[in-house]
Amino acid sequence: MRSLTSRRRHKAVRPLLMLLALLVTGTLYSLAAPPQQSSADTSLVATGKGLFTQSCASCHGLGGEGTSAGPAITDVGALAVDFEVSTGRMPKAGPAIQSAPKVNLFTQTETDALAAYVASLATGPAVPTKAQYDPAGLTEEQLARGGELFRTNCSACHNYQGSGGALPNGAVAPSLLDASAKHIYEAMRVGPNQMPIFNESTMPDTDVRSIAGYLQELHAQPAGGLTFGGVGPVAEGFFAWVIGIGALTLFAVWIAARGARAR
Amino acid sequence: MAKPAGLADSAPVLETTRPDAEPTPGRLAEVGNWVDERTGLGKVAKGGLRKIFPDHWSFLLGEIALYSFIILLLTGIFLSLWFKPSMGEVEYAGSYQLLKGLPMSEAYASTLAISFDVRGGLLVRQVHHWAAMLFVASATIHMLRVFFTGAFRKPRELNWLLGVGMFSIALIEGFAGYSLPDDLLSGTGLRFVDGLVRSIPIVGTWLEFLVFGGEFPGTLIIPRLFIAHVLLVPGLILGLVGAHMALIVYHKHTQFPGPGRKETNVVGYPLFPVYMAKAGGFFFIVAGVTTLMGATMQINPVWNFGPYNPSQVTAGSQPDWYMGWVEGAVRIMAPIEWHLGSTTWSWNVFLPAVVLMGLLFTVLGAWPFVESWLTGDKAEHHLLDRPRNAPIRTSLGVAGMTCYALFWLAGGNDILATQFHVSLNDVTYFMRVAVFVGPVIAFFITRRVCLALQHADNERVLHGSESGVIVRAPGGGYSEAHEPLTEDELFTLTQHEQLAPLEATPATDGHGIPVAGAGVSKRRARLSGWFMGTTVVKVSADELHDHHDEPVPAEK
Ligand code: HEC
Ligand code: HEC
Ligand code: HEM
Repeated sequence: MRSLTSRRRHKAVRPLLMLLALLVTGTLYSLAAPPQQSSADTSLVATGKGLFTQSCASCHGLGGEGTSAGPAITDVGALAVDFEVSTGRMPKAGPAIQSAPKVNLFTQTETDALAAYVASLATGPAVPTKAQYDPAGLTEEQLARGGELFRTNCSACHNYQGSGGALPNGAVAPSLLDASAKHIYEAMRVGPNQMPIFNESTMPDTDVRSIAGYLQELHAQPAGGLTFGGVGPVAEGFFAWVIGIGALTLFAVWIAARGARAR
Repeated sequence: MAKPAGLADSAPVLETTRPDAEPTPGRLAEVGNWVDERTGLGKVAKGGLRKIFPDHWSFLLGEIALYSFIILLLTGIFLSLWFKPSMGEVEYAGSYQLLKGLPMSEAYASTLAISFDVRGGLLVRQVHHWAAMLFVASATIHMLRVFFTGAFRKPRELNWLLGVGMFSIALIEGFAGYSLPDDLLSGTGLRFVDGLVRSIPIVGTWLEFLVFGGEFPGTLIIPRLFIAHVLLVPGLILGLVGAHMALIVYHKHTQFPGPGRKETNVVGYPLFPVYMAKAGGFFFIVAGVTTLMGATMQINPVWNFGPYNPSQVTAGSQPDWYMGWVEGAVRIMAPIEWHLGSTTWSWNVFLPAVVLMGLLFTVLGAWPFVESWLTGDKAEHHLLDRPRNAPIRTSLGVAGMTCYALFWLAGGNDILATQFHVSLNDVTYFMRVAVFVGPVIAFFITRRVCLALQHADNERVLHGSESGVIVRAPGGGYSEAHEPLTEDELFTLTQHEQLAPLEATPATDGHGIPVAGAGVSKRRARLSGWFMGTTVVKVSADELHDHHDEPVPAEK
């Protein structure tokens, strides 16, 4: 206590007090001041509009009203744009059946700008917050339930392990091994291409988190040896023949060629 | 050739070395004597141990099947100690957290326990499953070896039938095992077989009720499959294996033709000690390979599939490889279904599954008899055919393999589509045509290759082997010098019999009266001519002689 009293008159006290005062005033002001988001938003929307005209309007129309090459997207909301753009699906390369996910061409700010622009066209679902999709903090039972939900709703197309599967007419359900929790959330709400939409009334946010959490945990589990891409019995049969029968036949040749003949 | 070793009395290790006392038989020999005097096993063993076995790698393929069966018995007994064959529902409380608290059958829960909570359990499970795959695979290639070398001919037709029997019930055994863990893929497979049973016209539904004790899935099927899997079918296979072995000993092993090898002898090594050492060593090699596979390669990760639930399905549902061809046939079959009155006739399942499977086993079982009907050959055969010397049989075999392989590929049409980035529909349409066209193409290619190889053999016999030395004749022409073959090789290339095809016997005798009883019909004669006549006539002794009189430019 004594040392504190003696330092009260230290040279550095004044500037430090000044700093503190500034900090407090600044914080108070920022809390009290009217939100500036709308003006930031307008500039974001403007950037977004520019990008949209450049990369998207050729198919979706200048105002997102749709053309023969692409559907109307005025009411799909920021969520769908964030999903389609950040997974590299949009801008679509051409009128293929399915836009194979490729590298994302846009930075996160540009994606946000596009999303903000489309969101400004009409009301639609917003980009989910972390609390909506992040599986952290789920109990073991919730994760196990996520597994049940996944097997009931998703594995028919995406395979039991999420390693992907074939759909009719050349379409594929992609592998989910690298899908982030956010993309899983968004995909379920958007229902890209042949995938059905799982909306909030059938699949509340906690269930989506459980599915995402289940997949994350599943893919982090150690396996019982080499897994051959997790495609199941076809790969197992292939390796039984190639490695098992292959090795044993070589051994048979070796055994028959060797031995008592030397005597 | 090694002299056959005698029994215990002549083995030096068993002799006592006490110098002054009378030499008395060692302990082991005494025991041996004791047993021998009461059972007479000595005589049997002496004969058995002196049995001669020829040495060829392809004769070891059947042994792979035998050894993997033994491994299946050993690992299977371990699994039976922990597995609970019950469909009673429990809530999972084991150590795999991603299934915690889920309702599941006791069978599935105990399979999870074997995988995660029993020491060494996962290893044994994986070894058991790999050994099962290798068991059926080695039985298959063993059967192909027997087919292509003609080893099924008289007197071995019965042993061929035993083999076909074992092969077919091995599929049942494997399928039953695959169903036991009661995971999602097991259940999907069971559902497949349920559909197959129900597709049988008229009796299908009742058969289903019989098998499942009511509607699918019920609560009886796992306990029933368990008894079939660990008791009935292994017992049956064991009995058939015993009979198969006994017949091999009785018939003696076949051998490939060569100098000194006759229909009446067997050239090779005695069972004891040479062949036993080799065979015993090979058992440990098979055990080693399956253990290594079980330790390093994941198979049937049931915890990823989840418990069976009839409302769930998954992409990538496939049976084990040996049922893949049936799966493929069902996948590519056109949707033909009749609705007559209140009944449904599911030809789309019945034809590709039940009829096709029946067809394969019927053709396999009938072949030795069909062939002897075609050739009219009633003689015993202990010398094997070189596959090229039976061109039509070889070509039919390759055509059959091609057909099987295409059905098999069709069973993985979804995996082919995703792995090779082609359309699922295209793969399916292609396979629908390929299963019919592929075998025909394979037949003609193989026939061509066989005949070409026979021609090449004849060339070699007549002109000797190419020496690589180019000789310039005084007239200026160039030619390659050929070296004559050894007597041994000449013999090997020309020893095979070429019987004449059957000829039709006249339908009426000299007086115009119809001949009663079994003659050779025109059709049979025509088929026989096709089967036996499609071959290159081998070089006769006279031809060989004439050629040898020619001056051979063999200067080096
Ligand atoms: C070559 C034409 C083309 C271009 C360029 C294109 N799209 Fe698309 N877009 C489509 C088509 C076609 C669909 C329909 C779904 C599909 O085929 O994947 C679609 C679907 C979408 C959807 C989902 C609609 C829904 O109902 O959920 C969004 C969002 C979207 N596009 C946004 C964009 C954005 C943002 C861009 C620019 C970065 C863009 N698209 C560029 C053709 C295009
Ligand atoms: C009818 C089949 C089907 C079902 C059921 C289905 N999906 Fe999909 N899914 C697809 C297809 C097809 C695509 C690819 C769409 C495209 O190309 O734009 C896809 C894409 C996705 C993606 C995007 C992957 C990426 O890398 O961009 C995610 C994530 C996803 N699905 C998750 C799910 C989840 C979670 C479920 C269950 C709740 C589910 N899907 C159910 C067919 C399906
Ligand atoms: C020809 C012989 C056999 C074949 C082809 C075969 C095949 C199979 C297969 C494919 C499985 C599924 C394994 C898995 O969980 O991944 C299985 C399971 C099982 N087998 Fe066998 N098997 C054979 C013989 C035996 C024998 C002789 C026994 C017992 C004496 C046995 C006992 C078991 C048991 C208890 C299971 C269930 C345990 C589990 O799934 O973890 N098997 N078998």
